[in-house]
Amino acid sequence: MTVMEQRGAYRPSPPPAWQPRTDPAPLLPDAEPYRVLGTEAAAKADPDLLRRLYAELVRGRRYNAQATALTKQGRLAVYPSSTGQEACEVAAALALEERDWLFPSYRDTLAAVARGVDPVEALTLLRGDWHTGYDPYEHRVAPLSTPLATQLPHAVGLAHAARIKGDDVVALAMVGDGGTSEGDFHEALNFAAVWQAPVVFLVQNNGFAISVPLAKQTAAPSLAHKAVGYGMPGRLVDGNDAAAVHEVLGEAVRRAREGGGPTLIEAVTYRIDAHTNADDATRYRGDAEVEAWRDHDPIALLDRELTARGLLDEAGREAARDAAEAMAADLRERMNQDAVLDPADLFAHVYAEPTPQLREQHAQLRAELDAEHDTHGGAHR
Amino acid sequence: MTTVAVKPATMAQALTRAMRDAMAADPSVHVMGEDVGTLGGVFRVTDGLAEEFGEDRCTDTPLAEAGILGTAVGMAMYGLRPVVEMQFDAFAYPAFEQLVSHVAKMRNRTRGRMPLPITIRVPYGGGIGGVEHHSDSSEVYYMATPGLHVVTPATVADAYGLLRASIASDDPVVFLEPKRLYWSKADWNPEEPQSVEPIGRAVVRRSGRSATLITYGPSVPVCLEAAEAAREEGWDLEVVDLRSLVPFDDETVAASVRRTGRAVVVHESGGFGGPGGEIAARVTERCFHHLEAPVLRVAGFDIPYPPPMLERHHLPGVDRILDAVGRLQWEAES
Repeated sequence: MTVMEQRGAYRPSPPPAWQPRTDPAPLLPDAEPYRVLGTEAAAKADPDLLRRLYAELVRGRRYNAQATALTKQGRLAVYPSSTGQEACEVAAALALEERDWLFPSYRDTLAAVARGVDPVEALTLLRGDWHTGYDPYEHRVAPLSTPLATQLPHAVGLAHAARIKGDDVVALAMVGDGGTSEGDFHEALNFAAVWQAPVVFLVQNNGFAISVPLAKQTAAPSLAHKAVGYGMPGRLVDGNDAAAVHEVLGEAVRRAREGGGPTLIEAVTYRIDAHTNADDATRYRGDAEVEAWRDHDPIALLDRELTARGLLDEAGREAARDAAEAMAADLRERMNQDAVLDPADLFAHVYAEPTPQLREQHAQLRAELDAEHDTHGGAHR
Repeated sequence: MTTVAVKPATMAQALTRAMRDAMAADPSVHVMGEDVGTLGGVFRVTDGLAEEFGEDRCTDTPLAEAGILGTAVGMAMYGLRPVVEMQFDAFAYPAFEQLVSHVAKMRNRTRGRMPLPITIRVPYGGGIGGVEHHSDSSEVYYMATPGLHVVTPATVADAYGLLRASIASDDPVVFLEPKRLYWSKADWNPEEPQSVEPIGRAVVRRSGRSATLITYGPSVPVCLEAAEAAREEGWDLEVVDLRSLVPFDDETVAASVRRTGRAVVVHESGGFGGPGGEIAARVTERCFHHLEAPVLRVAGFDIPYPPPMLERHHLPGVDRILDAVGRLQWEAES
């Protein structure tokens, strides 16, 4: 008797019934990124919102340029510019209510500033005088996260805690295309969906993780498609269309607030500048590609729409430029002042109460500083 | 005040009671982890908590350690006090980035504005016949990470007292539970847990004059047994239970070694780059002129944790400790 014949004699009972937990169809993203500007949908957009977005985009671009200039003057250790991505930064931040929380990555300084964080305090990390310059509770902005995607589970936990306490607070967590490959991205999305936590995940797909293009990052049809596997809706939006980003984010935030659970949004955008001022982007991409994206610039898109609807003229442009210049001048002036540092800070914020070991080390440093002071007769900063 | 009878209790029961009392006293205390709810934990240490406090307060999470600790960070940011369970020592490794990059640093990163009161319970160590990845002694990784407190009880009373103190701490605490002591019993009055020493204080478990055994967690009972056995050899050994690896109680340890003039550090984790090296160096720096012999270490071997049928050869036992004590009769090598 052969093996196959033996198997033929065996009649298995049917397996237990299987049911999908969720119908995947409504979770799937659109085939094309959602757009508002230049389409019929634009007529429904609120003119005041569009004008506010425009002013914020112009200010954001100027901020990026000023911060990059500060790296050349040695005032910033490094700056990861978000030029080209301002629409994502600004529109996402403006989609939140004051009581909501933002969990930014290291590139999302503009989103933090759009939420009210002082432009100088937002750069403290990059200047190097302390890690987080602002009080996270003041504007409900978590520290800028340098490790990739690790802030996403924090957003889930905070949103979950808020819901347990009965507060209708939503957390918005931002991550780049490269960050979607990290394990924490997966764990955060899974927890959020299982707990139905009021979280919105915004992936700014700017094409590259430093130098690695999206094609080498993922084989998924889109990053928004990843949502389906977790059981949450995925949305695909044109990340350079500020009105579209604001609308899609706004819907997701509303849904989360009303108990509808998390959403994963992929905003398709492009990083016009290099990864940081220290990176040479010409090694991994051509000018033609960059130029094509310059034609799809977020400020130009909004300018065209506003102009066509008679909501923006030369005086309006000038007003936005002037406000941006004033911000840049203030930033420049305050960043050019030397930071005043207290070496005692090294030991003050490790534990609520310094351990005996840290007290000893603090005393050692104080003795060193006193000796330095006696030798040089100057202040030790 | 009603008098509560002193009854025998296991360390596991004391730990459960500590969480239960902390949850009853403070609604912001939340227990979370894989299997902590319906099952009550694979060691039953969270037994009954979900039933008593509901699933929102004692939550079965998805199986993902980085996610468990990462979401606990966000919960702590919003004012809760999460107590997370990392089912087994080696299962905590996926959570290391959250632990090192965020949990340990958040207070520091934010200049004290965002403290994270998270207790991370890690059943650790060997001696229970666990297979691979179930018996690691991972304390040295936590000790080497500034911003974390690292504590480990060796008695039933300390299990309760230290866990209550850890949950009450405004800083993250890695709470290492010696699994092989889960079922150790002692007479214990659950109404008087205040008598235990706070985090950061070592305790002399047995007084002696001839040498000090410096130890913690699962090795404490082994050292006490060795001290009894050593009496036959004429040695009167003092046993110091560290209880807290961070902060480290230099005072109690140095005072003991100054009295005895000789010291052996005993722990299960490997000797090379292990806690014993740090402890021996600290003792030497403080007690050099009192020492009659070098500070010796009795540690696990520098090997990946062995399979259960071989673990008894790896774990420091009474004989290995007595052998080291014998070597404390130091004579300079010619």
